Amino acid sequence: MDFQIIDNCLMIRLPEEIDHHEAGFICETADRYLLREDVRNVVFDFERTRFMDSSGIGIIMGRYRKISCFGGRVYAIHVDRQIERIFKLSGLNKVVEILNMPESLQGMDSVAESY
Amino acid sequence: MKNEMEIIFDAVSDNEGFARVAVAAFIAHLNPTLEEMADVKTAVSEAVTNSIIHGYENLKGYGRAERDWEEVHKGKVRVRCILEKEILRIEVADSGKGIEDVKKAMEPLFTTRPELERSGMGFAFMEAFMDDLEVESAPGKGTVVRMVKKIGTGSWIDCEG
Repeated sequence: MDFQIIDNCLMIRLPEEIDHHEAGFICETADRYLLREDVRNVVFDFERTRFMDSSGIGIIMGRYRKISCFGGRVYAIHVDRQIERIFKLSGLNKVVEILNMPESLQGMDSVAESY
Repeated sequence: MKNEMEIIFDAVSDNEGFARVAVAAFIAHLNPTLEEMADVKTAVSEAVTNSIIHGYENLKGYGRAERDWEEVHKGKVRVRCILEKEILRIEVADSGKGIEDVKKAMEPLFTTRPELERSGMGFAFMEAFMDDLEVESAPGKGTVVRMVKKIGTGSWIDCEG
């Protein structure tokens, strides 16, 4: 799992499966970053994720509560249909903004790297 | 045709993934849609997680418990699946502390452990992803969660194409 700070955003690359077993580690590590670094927004990247249960909702809601009082926002990227269903069912889509990256932008990282 | 399987495993979080994958493998030959597969896996994951963290109050959740092989966890979770044609019945049972008020526990967002930062959506997810849900529990008597789902309803759509 990767945690990375870009500008004032904490980027969290989530694992393949998000369940209670994984949740503790993600929450603890994320909170350590929130405490130590100057983080305003949190971005959850679901690119690798193939499974998520309600533990994932807890992870996102918990982080949202921690940063929203300082005006921070929570975003989700690379959200597939299954995960979007879970977002809708839990009402999380009212709190988290799902960013759909246009196809043209998705290859940008590799382009930037080659320079 | 009737087909049945039963697994019993230690109530530790390492086994949450194992349980849902085992059930998924059991129904794989029915050609479930991706959605049905995800529904079943999520529901099993919710029920098993509930048994582990509420039934047995094993709250750690990660850290690959450094247990001796000699030492066997006293709490067990039993997952039983019965497949009758395309009807899948799943029973997740534990002999943990049980639920005082089942009706209350099933309310969305209700949780007895807000400090765990979990969502309180476990039963709501089981209800939403399965066709039927039944919970039998009493304090000190453990909990049995019974779920039913029809699998392979998508297959005739595939045939059309």
